[in-house]
Amino acid sequence: MRANPDRAWALFGLVLAAAVALPLAAVVWKAFAAEGGFLGHLAETVLPRYVGNTLWIVLGVGAGTIAGGVGAAWLVSLCRFPGRRIFEWALLLPLAVPAYVVAYAYAGLFDAAGPVHAALREWLGTDGAVSWYPNIRSLWGAVVVLTVVLYPYVYMLARAAFLEQSVCVLEVSRTLGLTPWGSAWRVGLPLARPSIAIGAALALMEALNDFGAVQHFGVDTFVTAIYRVWQARGDATGAAQLALLLILFVALLVWIERASRGRAAFMHLSRRYRPLPAYELKGWRAAGAIWFCCVPIFLGFLLPAAALGVWTLDRPEAFDARFWRLAANSFILASGAAVLCVIFGGAIAYALRRSRRNRALRAGSAIVGLGYAVPGAVIAVGVALILGGFDRLANALTGGASLWLSGGLFALYFAYAVRFLPIALGAVESGFTRVTPHMDDAGRMLGYGPGGIFRRIHAPMLKGSILTAALLVFVDVMKELPATLMLRPFNFDTLAIRTYEFASDEQLKLAAPGALAIVAVGIVPVILLSRAIAKARPGTVNESSAAIQALRAA
Amino acid sequence: MTALVIDEVSHRFGATVALNAVSLAVAKGEILCLVGPSGCGKSTLLRVAAGLEPLQVGRIALEGRVVAEAGKAELPPEARNVGFLFQDFALFPHLSVLENAAFGLHRLAPAERLPRARAALSRVGMEEMAQAYPHTLSGGQQQRVALARAMAPGPGLFFLDEPFSGIDARLRRRLLEDTWRLLKDSGSASVVVTHDPEEAMLLGDRVAVMRAGRVLQIGTPDAVYRRPESPFVAEFLGEVNKFRGTVGADGTVETALGAVPAPGFAAGTPAAVIIRQHGVTVSMAETAPGSSVPVVVSWVRPMGAASLILLRRRDAGAGDPPIYARVPGRLRLAEGALAYAGIDRDEVFVFPAETPKSA
Repeated sequence: MRANPDRAWALFGLVLAAAVALPLAAVVWKAFAAEGGFLGHLAETVLPRYVGNTLWIVLGVGAGTIAGGVGAAWLVSLCRFPGRRIFEWALLLPLAVPAYVVAYAYAGLFDAAGPVHAALREWLGTDGAVSWYPNIRSLWGAVVVLTVVLYPYVYMLARAAFLEQSVCVLEVSRTLGLTPWGSAWRVGLPLARPSIAIGAALALMEALNDFGAVQHFGVDTFVTAIYRVWQARGDATGAAQLALLLILFVALLVWIERASRGRAAFMHLSRRYRPLPAYELKGWRAAGAIWFCCVPIFLGFLLPAAALGVWTLDRPEAFDARFWRLAANSFILASGAAVLCVIFGGAIAYALRRSRRNRALRAGSAIVGLGYAVPGAVIAVGVALILGGFDRLANALTGGASLWLSGGLFALYFAYAVRFLPIALGAVESGFTRVTPHMDDAGRMLGYGPGGIFRRIHAPMLKGSILTAALLVFVDVMKELPATLMLRPFNFDTLAIRTYEFASDEQLKLAAPGALAIVAVGIVPVILLSRAIAKARPGTVNESSAAIQALRAA
Repeated sequence: MTALVIDEVSHRFGATVALNAVSLAVAKGEILCLVGPSGCGKSTLLRVAAGLEPLQVGRIALEGRVVAEAGKAELPPEARNVGFLFQDFALFPHLSVLENAAFGLHRLAPAERLPRARAALSRVGMEEMAQAYPHTLSGGQQQRVALARAMAPGPGLFFLDEPFSGIDARLRRRLLEDTWRLLKDSGSASVVVTHDPEEAMLLGDRVAVMRAGRVLQIGTPDAVYRRPESPFVAEFLGEVNKFRGTVGADGTVETALGAVPAPGFAAGTPAAVIIRQHGVTVSMAETAPGSSVPVVVSWVRPMGAASLILLRRRDAGAGDPPIYARVPGRLRLAEGALAYAGIDRDEVFVFPAETPKSA
């Protein structure tokens, strides 16, 4: 008797999971149901370049984020030097800046017509171009931009791993004859390896998702190709085939992340925590540490934010009625998507709690969880295919010729739900871990039914998680570019779109106000994240899972 | 009146049998302790009786009313009027101590709730912490609040699942005493689950020893302790020496501590002899011939109120079992000393030898 409502909840969760999986299924189906040999043609012409660029980005960004992220995490969690407490949270600041915004700022600063080149010419006393001056609009420029905004993923997880390590294992290695640095190198770092792999995988998923930065720098990747094939040539099959190839890249990263997550369990053999031993750095060592932590913060946050600020002050007239209309559009999209994701993500989390042993539901929620890994451009193709198919069907039935679903905001909300539902689901799920099963049982024994337990126990205890989930989705939608670009209704622009369009027209200074607004909104969750870091004592909460939740979102 | 009847209840988790045809009854005002090793099904029995786990096989009646019967709709847990104390106490972190205590009083008129909750808190001595939040309380304080919360609605039956396992050993004895008094004063029936036999015997009017989903023996603490009906019960309730032998023609079993009578056993049957460690006496001189065996003291550990002594027969071969004795006070025996070991007949139990499978 009591199993029935549980089963209804499970079914509801499954239906939601299926809806989320639908666009991906559409991409796969379309790619294989292709009539022409488009991919064969691509393979002979541009495909090697896409694959090459994508591989270089994966390698470069992977190496860069690991070196910078692990190094910085190492310094702030295991060493003591002036400013360490500030660097601890300031290293997260670049999370607030979308890669495309950094790309626009860098293009304005560093390209041949920019102030840096001009200053260099003046200093050297040459009239023409400085011959060795590097071109920022290139593959390496894209790698630098992506690295300086994405290293916080690795930093955050590596730091959590270092803090979570039981001091006992470090101490036992000392008693077995290793020096402090030796024990850190031979025990500390290997123990953190799974977490570092997770952080790098998340960073690379974001790198593969990037559209704005590589597009602006003229680097052809799968995402820019999907956009071009879809938008300019209207070729759904080609876009789906490219999307499928990109999914294969992403699947590899997801596999790495999942496998590492299992291995991350070996960090938690011992449950005893004590403050980590700290190595006092002095003199040139301390200066080196400060320099190492300053560079990423400067490149990933201070420099682009300052450039945008100066350009915005230069163009106060940019805050016109049009700007506020775009801001309102962004707000409508972001808040709508936030409410949607929280309701559906919360419902799945609740269903999962009610029928923990339901395998189908668990599998369904795992599929929902994959959404965060799928690039926005791929989701856009899938959503357009699904809704286009629905419209054709509806028109065939009614004999009309209208865009029922694919022409409106519905398509955007659908795409945002697929991509950002995992954030909401994850946040609510991790909130639910604080509500132990015994609390539900205690509520039952004290005379409340499931509804009463939800109102009196779940809702008040989950309030914080739900707000966090809504905030994270809101910010992500504000920043989102490729899916919005591909699915938005005609004449419906947002701050992100307008920023992209100004930048595409090389009016970087006009792009600055919108970009700055996006950064300003994006900094809110980063502040929350750094406050959570400052508050959390190691060992009291599972820091790395909290970090994954937060970062997946940021 | 019988407060709780459990009738032939069986339960499985997948292929694992958690309860195997368990039947028992608890009278009003009585405290029954379910005791057994972890995984024996004692917590499952409590959860099934409370309705937190759906009943699979059998029947459950509370205060003369059938609340669950296999194949029929069962009364949901919130309607069973049972107070439940969880091992982790499960206090609601978003509510103050007073609000926690008032949580189950929503069926009362609003004006009555807080006075009732306060009264419950004062019964457990926590009225001064009414405005505190659970995370600021110590383990013992949390236990008291959880008890007050379970008691406030005045349930006819209390279930306590390992109520003292998270508590510091020093504090435990006092909490145990206080809890016993509160349960007795309430006049309700109580079922307490514990893995600690001492706790069970201290708290329970009756003790039910469980193993592998079955109730092996149920009775007063004294009866279960003095007259264990199976080797498992004898071993579970105290530290023992265990010997194997065969019943001889004279009706005794030969052990390392001498011959032990085995009344009612046919000659030639294999038997297991269990002798509690504090039933082994150690003396320097042979008291009466034939009542003790010559031994060598091979290890002595003083443990405060008693000493643990490892003995070996002077004629022992390599394969002979060691003999442990717990003697009160401090025994001035050096390792290697010669002594005589005897047995207290009250602490000796003879059972048919277990088949290797159930051993």
